[in-house]
Amino acid sequence: MNVFKTGLGLVVLSAVLAGCSSTSTPADTGNTGPVEDTNTSVDVGTTTGGGIVEDEDEVVALETIFYFDFDQSTIKPEVRALLTAHAAKLKASPRSIRLEGHADERGTREYNIALGERRANAVRDFLILQGVDASLIETISYGEEKPVALGHDDQAWSLNRRVELK
Amino acid sequence: MKLIALQSVFFLIIASFSLIAKAQLTIEITRGIDNPTSIAIVPFAGSTNLSEDVAGIVSADLQRSGQFAPVDRANMLALPQEQKDVYFRDWKILGAEYLVIGGIEPVTGGYQLRFELYDVLNQRQVLKKIATATATDLRGLAHYAADQIYEQITGIRGAFSTKIIYIEVLRNASNPQEATYRLIHADADGARERELLKSSQPLLSPRWSPDGKQVAYVSFETSRPAIFIQNIATGARRQITNFKGLNGAPAWSPDGKKLAFVLSKDGNPEIYTIDLASGNYQRITQHFAIDTEPNFSGDGKGIIFTSNRGGQPQIYQVDLASGRIERLTFYGDYNARASLSPDGKTMVMVHREQGIFHIAAQDVKTGDLRILTETELDESPSIAPNGAMLLYATQANGKGILAAVSLDAGVKFKLPSKRGDVREPAWSPFFN
Repeated sequence: MNVFKTGLGLVVLSAVLAGCSSTSTPADTGNTGPVEDTNTSVDVGTTTGGGIVEDEDEVVALETIFYFDFDQSTIKPEVRALLTAHAAKLKASPRSIRLEGHADERGTREYNIALGERRANAVRDFLILQGVDASLIETISYGEEKPVALGHDDQAWSLNRRVELK
Repeated sequence: MKLIALQSVFFLIIASFSLIAKAQLTIEITRGIDNPTSIAIVPFAGSTNLSEDVAGIVSADLQRSGQFAPVDRANMLALPQEQKDVYFRDWKILGAEYLVIGGIEPVTGGYQLRFELYDVLNQRQVLKKIATATATDLRGLAHYAADQIYEQITGIRGAFSTKIIYIEVLRNASNPQEATYRLIHADADGARERELLKSSQPLLSPRWSPDGKQVAYVSFETSRPAIFIQNIATGARRQITNFKGLNGAPAWSPDGKKLAFVLSKDGNPEIYTIDLASGNYQRITQHFAIDTEPNFSGDGKGIIFTSNRGGQPQIYQVDLASGRIERLTFYGDYNARASLSPDGKTMVMVHREQGIFHIAAQDVKTGDLRILTETELDESPSIAPNGAMLLYATQANGKGILAAVSLDAGVKFKLPSKRGDVREPAWSPFFN
């Protein structure tokens, strides 16, 4: 496996972490309309179970998680090179991508959803500036709802403040 | 005969459910006021074989308020059930300032509770009430009695009969991004837990409608955030928004006709309102910063919200008629998710002080701010309809729990969860 190297400890660590976790497929659209149910409890949502999807076309496995500072949506200098490489790849072989913005658990949930969207939009805007077709990019923010690290310390928080490219 | 047998089977099922439900949130009182009122609540006549210890629930309710110290049953010198059996000296000796006696009788369709409140020092009856409830609502009867006693003594309306809604999350430990989210409805003491909704995708921001019949929340079930309104009794749901980008932070107008919420469909999180009958929506804020977490003022004429337009999140207010925006918070580098007390005098919010997130209360008139909580990572404050306490979410031993604090910070208790992480408590309005 050819890992894109930035020389930054955090990015390398996250690459290892990313290697350990399965890459789940984006959730299905599932129940989109209003659901009427006589049962007073309603069961909704999409199944996230799903297999590991390997992209056969990938020659170089680029890191797909980009990290941010607390309450910031500015792309860090070390992430720029990585995003430039992604942009080049997406221009060479266009595909639809989904950028998922996340925040750490500190602060309020709705503010963090807004912050996660800011981060996803910052990555999207950077890719578009590099010439990636805007219509291929979808963004969503989960705020602090989908952490990758469950701790309540700086280490966990730094891993959770991220945008994932899927 | 057959009907009676069926009824009792039904009753047993309900009873066993409530036993399970009681196990979910348990109460630990952390701090009460310095000189709580001593009150003796004698076990009620006719309650020996009931599924609930009604006098015990009344006692727990009053104790949880932090303003009362119930007399231990084991220390009671007598267990009067009628006025003629009350000897005030028995209670003076124990230092009890108030005495509650009563009885429960089965009546058609349920139970009738008689309860009497006595002022021990002045040796007189100050309250006598009779209430009935269905067989499955003994806890409701107890909460009603606690409300009446609390109001008689403190002059403040009791909120023990109110309900709470919160989110429970059971996370897959091996893959933390997978979880089961449940929207839970329960009594204000955490008992009689009932699931309103279950999803494999995030649920957040539950808010009671002002009439207490509906709940608005955000669900990611469509793979994007969307706002739904659900009827609490029937479970019927309606999707309110489905725009590109954020659809979040719903908040009801005081008359229940509108929702304020957040959309980022034009590229930026902005506050909107929607008229629920017509579906017409209106944009309220216009700023390139994050604007979120709207809440109406009590008169419905203004909306307070979180914005980082000054660089960091702070609370602002917009006057809906003029559009004029005013900043409300000036202490601390992070203030968010503000809401107002029922009397409009206090604004509570999440406030960061030296890197730690607490719940803080700000005097609306003077702007004075005080921190109410000593825990960390505190969020989602929700004030009781009588304005006495607020519920919030915090962490204990790495787990999400609910906790409560009085608006003067004098009374504190925790509602730890036995199962998953619990968060985002929403305290109901009064139901009548």
